[in-house]
Amino acid sequence: MHAYANPTRFLAIARPLTPWLLGGGLLLLMVGAWAGLALVPGDYKQGETARILYVHVPSAWLGMGGWTSLAVAGLVQLVWRHPLAGIAARAIAVPGMLFTALCLATGSIWGKPTWGTWWEWDGRMTSMLVLFFLYAGFIALTRGDEGARAGGALSRGAAVYALVGAINIPIINRSVVWWNSLHQGPSITLRGSSIDGALLWPLGLTLTGFSLLFGAIVLMRMRRIIAENRVTARLRRLADDEEG
Amino acid sequence: MKAKHQRLILALLAVAGIAGAGVLGASALRDEAAYFRTPAEIAAGKAATGEAMRLGGMVAQGSIERLGDGVTIRFVATDGKASVPVEFTGIVPDLFAEESGMVADGRMRADGTFVADRILAKHDERYMPPQMGDMPKGVAKMAPKT
Repeated sequence: MHAYANPTRFLAIARPLTPWLLGGGLLLLMVGAWAGLALVPGDYKQGETARILYVHVPSAWLGMGGWTSLAVAGLVQLVWRHPLAGIAARAIAVPGMLFTALCLATGSIWGKPTWGTWWEWDGRMTSMLVLFFLYAGFIALTRGDEGARAGGALSRGAAVYALVGAINIPIINRSVVWWNSLHQGPSITLRGSSIDGALLWPLGLTLTGFSLLFGAIVLMRMRRIIAENRVTARLRRLADDEEG
Repeated sequence: MKAKHQRLILALLAVAGIAGAGVLGASALRDEAAYFRTPAEIAAGKAATGEAMRLGGMVAQGSIERLGDGVTIRFVATDGKASVPVEFTGIVPDLFAEESGMVADGRMRADGTFVADRILAKHDERYMPPQMGDMPKGVAKMAPKT
């Protein structure tokens, strides 16, 4: 594990991986979006509005998956103080927040014609909105802090915040099971899917596509932070040389 | 013990503590965080007459009737265990239908009817192509449910 915590070794993998993730993600997304929006039939009851699930479900998955990885990065930062953990957490926060916002927006757009309302304070929607604010808080906490100027490591406070926020993830997941909610129960569980196969397969494509795209964005943002670190280090060395 | 191991144990203990607190908090919220009450809860006397609340349930088959004024409907909301008659004046969402979920804002009237000011349609977790939805009831029921 220590081997990959080294930025140079990380870059040797991340550099060639980025275009593959980006290209593969965009390709899968295009095929998945075309299949989901044009090829498969609408839902028997909702008609065409059901098609928004091909964006809504991957967004929810990435919003929640994003915070899960952010919390793992926070733990690694706290315990092993790996230089890359803080960089990864910083890189994940913005796309994570973006996909959470996309999930809330598409859910709201779907809710109006389906339920008859843009927004209700039920368990699922409220906990997802809390996730959005958690991301906002993390970004506010880490942007321009001491760690951002010196290598990207998270402060202890930010790492603890990432861990504490993770409690919201199982709450979002279970909210429709624990509490009576307006949002329907889970369609896809370990036991199978209540989305018919004819409507399900484009979701696999967009889910993988968005995930690869998310990975590419995170790698690019991590590489940017590492590049910035190197520039800062070089400038400092130059300044030292001139003085000396 | 190395400092690293100490930090690992501390962090894991903290995570366990947070998870425990979260589960406790969530289970304490079990009733409070419910978005609506079910007909069975109302039958058990959990709703006072005139108290603003939400009622959720399935619209019983064959129960929707339109009153003479043309804008008021009556139907029966059920959860399989108990049922509550509901009265509503206004426009219902497109997906509001018999044998389908709904959530109503309103209050209980003294005669045991729930008077709704607003009705939302609740969607279930099943998605399928129209051909399958149009199938006779017995066949459509064979489609995976949960």
